[in-house]
Amino acid sequence: MKKILAIGWKDLLIIYRDRAAWIMMLAAPLVLTVAMGFVTGSFGDDDNSGPQQIGAVIVNQDVGQVAAGLVETLQAEELAGLLAPTTAPSATAARQTVDDDRAAAAVIIPADFSATLTDGSDMAGAVEIYTNPGRPISASIVESIVADYLSQVEMALVSSQVTASQLLSSGRVTPEEVATVAGAAATQWEAGQSAAITIDRETATVQEESAFNPLAYFATGMAVFFLMYTVTIGGRSILNEREDGTLTRMLVTPTRYAQVLAGKVLGVYLSGLVQVTLLIGASSLLFNLDWGAPAGIALLIIAVVAAATGWGMLLAASSKTPGQVNAVGTAMMLIFGILGGTFISIEAFSGFMRALSKITPHAWALDGFGSLVSGGGPADIMLPVLALLSMAALLFAAAVVVFQRRWVSVA
Amino acid sequence: MSESILSTKDLHKRFGKIEAVRGISFSVLRGEIFSLLGPNGAGKTTTISMLSGLLEPSEGSATIGGHDVQQESMAVRHLIGIVPQEIALYETLSASQTLSFWGQMYGMGGKSLQRRKAKVLDLVGLSDLADQRVETYSGGMKRRLNIAAGLLHQPALLFMDEPTVGIDPQSRRRILETVKSLRDQGMTLLYTTHYMEEAEELSDRVGIIDHGKLIALGTQKELTKMVGEKEILRLYPSDGHESGQLADLFAGVGGVLHSGAVNGEVLLSVNDAAEALPGVIGAANAADVRIRSVDIEEPNLEAVFLHLTGRALRD
Repeated sequence: MKKILAIGWKDLLIIYRDRAAWIMMLAAPLVLTVAMGFVTGSFGDDDNSGPQQIGAVIVNQDVGQVAAGLVETLQAEELAGLLAPTTAPSATAARQTVDDDRAAAAVIIPADFSATLTDGSDMAGAVEIYTNPGRPISASIVESIVADYLSQVEMALVSSQVTASQLLSSGRVTPEEVATVAGAAATQWEAGQSAAITIDRETATVQEESAFNPLAYFATGMAVFFLMYTVTIGGRSILNEREDGTLTRMLVTPTRYAQVLAGKVLGVYLSGLVQVTLLIGASSLLFNLDWGAPAGIALLIIAVVAAATGWGMLLAASSKTPGQVNAVGTAMMLIFGILGGTFISIEAFSGFMRALSKITPHAWALDGFGSLVSGGGPADIMLPVLALLSMAALLFAAAVVVFQRRWVSVA
Repeated sequence: MSESILSTKDLHKRFGKIEAVRGISFSVLRGEIFSLLGPNGAGKTTTISMLSGLLEPSEGSATIGGHDVQQESMAVRHLIGIVPQEIALYETLSASQTLSFWGQMYGMGGKSLQRRKAKVLDLVGLSDLADQRVETYSGGMKRRLNIAAGLLHQPALLFMDEPTVGIDPQSRRRILETVKSLRDQGMTLLYTTHYMEEAEELSDRVGIIDHGKLIALGTQKELTKMVGEKEILRLYPSDGHESGQLADLFAGVGGVLHSGAVNGEVLLSVNDAAEALPGVIGAANAADVRIRSVDIEEPNLEAVFLHLTGRALRD
């Protein structure tokens, strides 16, 4: 076991002493995650907010409780991780803030907003959302929060009207009293809605945040995409050792072939483990990403690195030269990146392609990390973890068979 | 120095239709430097590969320290060390880390490993550079570290496969001195080379190998006796002449027994230099070849090789 550890540690040292490897393994995925975040408008530029907070400017020209409820919802502490709301004195000022790209959207509540509550006007158009075309995803998140709130209000309004109508038809109130009863029902809802809606919204918006959090998606995708680079250079190191004579030298020492192979696998695995752990940690710090349950993260990292290492080993076993590993590894990295959903969501694929994507560690990792970011625990990621570990086991077995054939001829 | 540590019997190695080693039998005695001398492609590295367990012999057998190299390969690997022909090191590790790694491959660790590292680094003159990365070393320094990695576990038998190839004279000299000091410390060495001078300087006994066969074996004295009272003429032609062609030219001159070319020089084996030289110069003049100078030498291992094969050692 000591020899296996020594070989693994040596390989880890060698990989992390290569500056080019640092760039490809750590810097490139972080930079690309940031770039994708900017492209999709995932970053807010409020100085007091984390980079993934969405800037939203609110103008409340109404004095009613429904309007106040909307403002309160947007400013709720539970949404602080997602939104960075500010207020503006006028609609013009709010629109200017958006035009200046200092916010993703302006929520403008008109003075007659509360009046629409009772006159039966269409609620959807009651609040103006002035969006920033440069931040479509962020703006759509603000829109969806407001729309969700309005649909809750509309539901309450309808139910109060139904209540009044039922009372009228049963003869318990007179036609003159209907308006008063409906108003009372609405007022009752208004009085109690704030907390109730906020609580409902809390659950709904956290779900929404997770589903729409593009940074978590990109960070996961890029981490696994560049993990394939690491396992490629790890696999290549086996062929390099053969060319450089160090493999032969190892096989002359009292070390068994299986120990050498296990040590090499360990080196690649450790390199991948360090890389993905650093990337997850760095993205948490830099982008304020909440990856979810630590036990789940650990489990998923262990599994996805194992699966990727399996691919790296099979690649090394099937190649004759380091150059061949490079060429095939680069192709594999790109194909798996596309097929696994790093650049295009798997949801956009046809049924066959979606099924095919499951041969990549990326698809399972995105699935698993997505569950964790959405608030899932270790139990929710058992399927991706088991799939990744099974993939690793199959690939290692195949790699060992091929290695045995080739290495026996070397030894 | 009487007990043998290594013994081979009729070793063969075939790669398809090519027979790289064709029935080699020899023994290496404890504490001696035994050199396998032969040109490139003679079968030296293949022989070492079979002895170290890297290649399976097609026929024949070998024992090291009483252990069969095929049946008891793990026991054999504990006894041997190897300094491969290529520099088999990790460029981005320091010398100290390199030696730690190879020490661990031999099951070493802790203070004993640290002590051995210090000792071998001192032996090869790299103590002051122990923490520098190998990639910063010169070719000669890398060769020395390559040797240090093979010595770390104090092997009973050290295989050194052409350890001075491609290095500067100063580093070469240092390596040769290191090899001698290892012998003085009681280590047994099997040294392969195609440099006659190295074999002459270092070896207690020499096996001359050519085309996969051991064509002569003995001390230097015993081998040169094979040449008899003959002398060697070493001709230095002026630039612009192909020494191989000149060797053919002089082969037919009266008194010349064998001729060969080495590094632009022409070697002629003759019974009597004084008798043969006028004919040689005459042949050179007739062919419009200018000879810059001529050395007359006593028989050496090169002469032995020329005598046995009709070719110079580095043809």
